[in-house]
Amino acid sequence: MITKRIIPCLDVRDARVVKGTNFEGVQDVADPVEMARFYNEAGADELVFYDITASVEERGIFTDILKKVASQIFIPLTVGGGIRTIEDFDRVLKCGADKVSVNSGAIQNPDLIQRAAEKYGKQCVVLSMDIKRVDGVFRVFSKGGRENTGIDALEWAEDGVKRGAGELVVNSIDTDGVKAGFDIEMLLAIAERVSVPIVASGGAGKMEDFKELFQYPQMDAGLAASIFHFKEVSIHDLKCYLRENGVEVR
Amino acid sequence: MIAIIDYGVGNLFSLRSSLQYLNLENIITNREEDILEADRILLPGVGAFSDAIQKLNNTGLVDVIKNETEKGKPLLGICLGMQLLFDKSFEFGEHEGLSLIKGTVSPLRPIVSDALKIPHIGWNRLQKKKEHPLLKYTKEGDYVYYVHSFYATDCAESTLATSEYQVDIPGVVAYKNICGTQFHPEKSGEAGLRILQAFSEVS
Repeated sequence: MITKRIIPCLDVRDARVVKGTNFEGVQDVADPVEMARFYNEAGADELVFYDITASVEERGIFTDILKKVASQIFIPLTVGGGIRTIEDFDRVLKCGADKVSVNSGAIQNPDLIQRAAEKYGKQCVVLSMDIKRVDGVFRVFSKGGRENTGIDALEWAEDGVKRGAGELVVNSIDTDGVKAGFDIEMLLAIAERVSVPIVASGGAGKMEDFKELFQYPQMDAGLAASIFHFKEVSIHDLKCYLRENGVEVR
Repeated sequence: MIAIIDYGVGNLFSLRSSLQYLNLENIITNREEDILEADRILLPGVGAFSDAIQKLNNTGLVDVIKNETEKGKPLLGICLGMQLLFDKSFEFGEHEGLSLIKGTVSPLRPIVSDALKIPHIGWNRLQKKKEHPLLKYTKEGDYVYYVHSFYATDCAESTLATSEYQVDIPGVVAYKNICGTQFHPEKSGEAGLRILQAFSEVS
């Protein structure tokens, strides 16, 4: 059977992985190629790279990094951040990405999902959603979680999958950074509406949180960033722990 | 030298990188001379069967590939590239394959029930059925990375290893010098690299 997946997420800016930003705005950074190699050896099942650069020139630096990683790490790579057009898909796929994650770009232009799915296959198109409860309703936020689009998240998930998204990343803004566990309620609500794999994001703080997540057969993968970056949870230990608890992992 | 057949299907970046990582000389090509000169052939592929077989036929390379493999040159088909090696596929209609290995390609649905998601995407473990030089470095239970909705059937004779997904999916097949993997060795970490290495040593 298919294993549950553990996915570290790397935010890349100015050719560096941004590990975290404190209140004074000081960033802790690392080399993305080194980090990818480290996670690969630690047993990560997939890597997600987010391009958080703004300018076009920096975008070129990002694709260079992607190429470097993809030429040395032979596990699936997902790339997101600033994907708005088919040309953006093309650019990152040619650098070795296997899947492309769309978020704000798909909210602005839902056709992008269809067109990409037709051209590259559904398995290549990941719809990433930042979701927050507003007056008891799950709403989709855009621009890195800053702007309420007013869109109903459950409807958007269903619509995105109908259009051809082959996988969903569900990031709960409500639990993000809290480290008290994944947003199971939100994840199950989404899972009820779609039949594609769901990657849970936001809220993981300890190994038990992944065990809780994977008690639900609908959940396929757990994604996290800082807890892995700051070695609060080691992927190797996490996998041993999950295996001991009856969860099939690689 | 490994000739990676370029017939306009899929992205060859990772495949090429993995061979380079293993220091295996390779060339991405659609030229007959390169295929004649190479000592082995790699047939990649993603997407739909009918589209892929048509594009491959359009290259005019099919006869060359068949002649060379007939003479004993090892060939490895990957993912859809493996499916093309069989007699036919029932992916959206019925399409003729290359008939290099006996068998047909069938949809996973409805054989696999709604309880499981299709496509079959992710890491699944290999169960060895037969020993073969291609699996020389493969351990029982090695995890490999799959992405597909169709699978090889009626090919028990050539099946070297399977992965369980309600049905036993042929993951590695071989008939004489013709080999195939349903999963992506270039995306299967160490386990995948070891299969590519073994292919480079198959004689």
